[in-house]
Amino acid sequence: MISAFLFRGLAGRIAWVAAAIALIGILVPLSNLFLTPEHALYVPDYIVSLFGKYLTYALLALTLDLVWGYCGILSLGHGAFFALGGYAMGMYLMRQIGSRGVYGDPILPDFMVFLNWKELPWYWYGFDQFWFAALMVLAVPGLLAFVFGWFAFRSRVTGVYLSIITQAMTYALLLAFFRNDMGFGGNNGLTDFKDILGYTLQEPSTRAGLFAAAAFALCLALIISSAIVRSKFGKVLLATRDAESRARFLGYRVEHVKLFVFTLSAMMAGIAGALYVPLVGIINPGEFAPANSIEVVIWTAVGGRGTLIGPIVGAITVNLGKSWFTAQFPEYWLFVLGGLFVAVTLFMPRGILGTLSDATGKLKSLGSGKATALVQDPADASELRKEGEAS
Amino acid sequence: MTLLRALLVCLVTLVLSSAAVPPSMADDLQDTINALADGSLKDRAEKVDALLATGDPKVVPVLSQLADGNLYVRKADNRVFLTESAGKNFTLTDPVSGEVIPDINKRTLDKIKANNSLRRQIRDGLSLFALNSPDPAKRLEAAETIFKAQDASALPAIEARLAKEQDPEVSAFLEEARAGLVLSSDASESDKLAAIDVLREKGGRQVLSMLTAAAEKGEGAVRDAAERAVVAIERVLAIWEGVQNIWYGLSLGSVLLLASIGLAITFGVMGVINMAHGEMVMIGAYTTFTVQQVIQSTAPGLFDYSLLFAIPIAFLVAGAVGFVLERGIIRFLYGRPLETLLATWGVSLMLQQAVRTIFGPTNKEVSNPSWMSGALDLAGLSLTWNRIWIFFFALAVFGLLFLLLKRTPMGLQMRAVTQNRNMASSLGVRTPWVDAFTFALGSGIAGIAGVALSQIGNVSPNLGQSYIIDSFMVVVFGGVGNLWGTLIGALTLGVANKFLEPFAGAVLGKILVLVFIILFIQKRPRGLFALKGRAVEQ
Repeated sequence: MISAFLFRGLAGRIAWVAAAIALIGILVPLSNLFLTPEHALYVPDYIVSLFGKYLTYALLALTLDLVWGYCGILSLGHGAFFALGGYAMGMYLMRQIGSRGVYGDPILPDFMVFLNWKELPWYWYGFDQFWFAALMVLAVPGLLAFVFGWFAFRSRVTGVYLSIITQAMTYALLLAFFRNDMGFGGNNGLTDFKDILGYTLQEPSTRAGLFAAAAFALCLALIISSAIVRSKFGKVLLATRDAESRARFLGYRVEHVKLFVFTLSAMMAGIAGALYVPLVGIINPGEFAPANSIEVVIWTAVGGRGTLIGPIVGAITVNLGKSWFTAQFPEYWLFVLGGLFVAVTLFMPRGILGTLSDATGKLKSLGSGKATALVQDPADASELRKEGEAS
Repeated sequence: MTLLRALLVCLVTLVLSSAAVPPSMADDLQDTINALADGSLKDRAEKVDALLATGDPKVVPVLSQLADGNLYVRKADNRVFLTESAGKNFTLTDPVSGEVIPDINKRTLDKIKANNSLRRQIRDGLSLFALNSPDPAKRLEAAETIFKAQDASALPAIEARLAKEQDPEVSAFLEEARAGLVLSSDASESDKLAAIDVLREKGGRQVLSMLTAAAEKGEGAVRDAAERAVVAIERVLAIWEGVQNIWYGLSLGSVLLLASIGLAITFGVMGVINMAHGEMVMIGAYTTFTVQQVIQSTAPGLFDYSLLFAIPIAFLVAGAVGFVLERGIIRFLYGRPLETLLATWGVSLMLQQAVRTIFGPTNKEVSNPSWMSGALDLAGLSLTWNRIWIFFFALAVFGLLFLLLKRTPMGLQMRAVTQNRNMASSLGVRTPWVDAFTFALGSGIAGIAGVALSQIGNVSPNLGQSYIIDSFMVVVFGGVGNLWGTLIGALTLGVANKFLEPFAGAVLGKILVLVFIILFIQKRPRGLFALKGRAVEQ
């Protein structure tokens, strides 16, 4: 009964947060475009760009939370799906430059002219159409996740092993995209974008639009994730996380469950990447670096995994901290980030949101005089599981 | 200083020349040398030949300075001088008398120009000169130059020298140089066949191109013999290339073994992946740097032995860091391997930044001791000593660790915990201490690996990062809880990497290896040498 109550409370909270994000997505661009700089509520251009970027990070953290917090798959390669989505969008933006590039070639992007390529490689066909690029943003990360997951989950690669090979996957992609003859701009990546869907990227109005799109995507992803988690399928998901063998013995195809969530999460990460690229104006192989993917994990952990709102809070908090530290004390940022990893895992395994709900839960139970056990507690549950299965 | 030396040289030569050379001959030489300044570049070639023909050792500095562009003529009297730049002015030395004239303004002199063909002519001519040098090493060098230059006119000189050569090594080399010249000349068929035999024995790339040319131009028996020789040499070269690749692969494998073996035992015993393992390697490398600095400033005489000091110190330093890490962080994260992974990643970030703050972000120079520098020439291979040492060092570390695991009570306890933690605990093994010491041991070995790696690569705060993913791959590939798995995993991956490189390029080769491992894990999720039994089922 208490858990049912908490569950309804959680759902209510997600509705509130989704509404708040949607509202921000509408109000911030409006304020940026229609208020004068002197107005008290005016949002400057750089804030729009910066927070637009944070929103895409939040979306990425949310997708990781879906697989890690709810399914127990610690992916150290989610940055790869993000970057693949980004490259798909980057290819579209590259084709949109047309003959305005430095070399003025109507078809070939600048770097291909520079490398003396004579014609467009086959995998660049179709990217001059937005709908095709948008399809690829979903399809490429989704396909990679599907193939990778199909192999990995079928042969029951779990735990640390899975984390390590996801890291190897993003590392292999990093090396591959650094190569010039891959046809993705090598070291420099894709940049010098001009416009998207006919709107100039430098215009504040375009950036405001991108901000709105990022907020909308995040809002939608939140609602979808919430629906999945609250459905019957979501229960199986949690069962897989907490006691995989038991769920299998009860007749659930846990590898299918994992594969579905992993693929869905990769596709949403691709969307995050696709929104990120026009906002920052560049995509390069550095996005595949294993360190980036691990950083996403810490956003999620700081905010609180196993809660859908946590990763959003975590991504924005950590990145605000990063922006501030790298400007004020560039020397100490790595200490702070490293300390964050250690402190969160040691002292706040359930993140900011988990700790907060613990505190409020305790208050309530004090008030009602009952001992409350939180069902939605991944850290405790996984500990229980370890103890149970080790013996 | 230079002036003093020049004076001394001049005095000695003065005494010698006045005693030994009759004045008329000296005048002749002087005239021939002075004649160099006149006429066009084309005439100069003949004059160089004339000088070489005199056979006088005094022409050696004249010609080499001509080739280097340091030979000048004095405008006033058309005399040719050797020069040495001294500040704005020149110090002149008379090539024949050895008389030194200091402080001459450049404007009173004209440079005697040389072009590339003249320089080549001089170099080949001088190597003939050196052919008669009393120093065997010089003669060897000269024979090599002639062999490379393929100048047919050197044939008589070589044959003359060959007749009186005593040193067997030089003799063999001269024989080969002669064979090369005979082959390209219009000697008789039997001579050429003999030459081909000699060259075939020698082998190598240069001979290959010579014989290929001979096979194209030659006829009949000579062509057949040359073609056969080409095939034989190509086969030998291919074998050597294979051997070289295997060696490079084993060398890379030994580096991987050093970097991953500590990781393998901690993963085996504790089931956690230590993401800060690469930083332990880095700490070992920086310890080596510090030890070298201290030795350099306190006891430079011991510098050659600095690594012997660095090995135990690096082991202790990295081991201590590992111990603190286990006691301070990891033991609180028991049964949560994924969280351990994140916490150790955080530690790795902090360690990197700490080293960057203390030592600075740039690469540090760690020098090789004399017994590790240079290379060993083994037939067609050139193996650098540092790689050879590291290879055997890695095997030694492996052997010691193996003994530790198999023959000591501590090793017994570690193996017991690896196989079944609860059972070991019930039987009285103090598992927390086994964990702590295993972690310290693994980190200490990483520190030793850092000493070795500082000898072949850059020492920078990112050192650990570049090895960490490869080390994971070795552990995942080889399986945990079994040192043989790590050994075979490391060497296999090293050799596979190096064999893929020629076909696919370094980067693509590495990607292929990664993809292979990802696929391999599907087939054998617990690595090559998985522990059998229920205990490993999670």
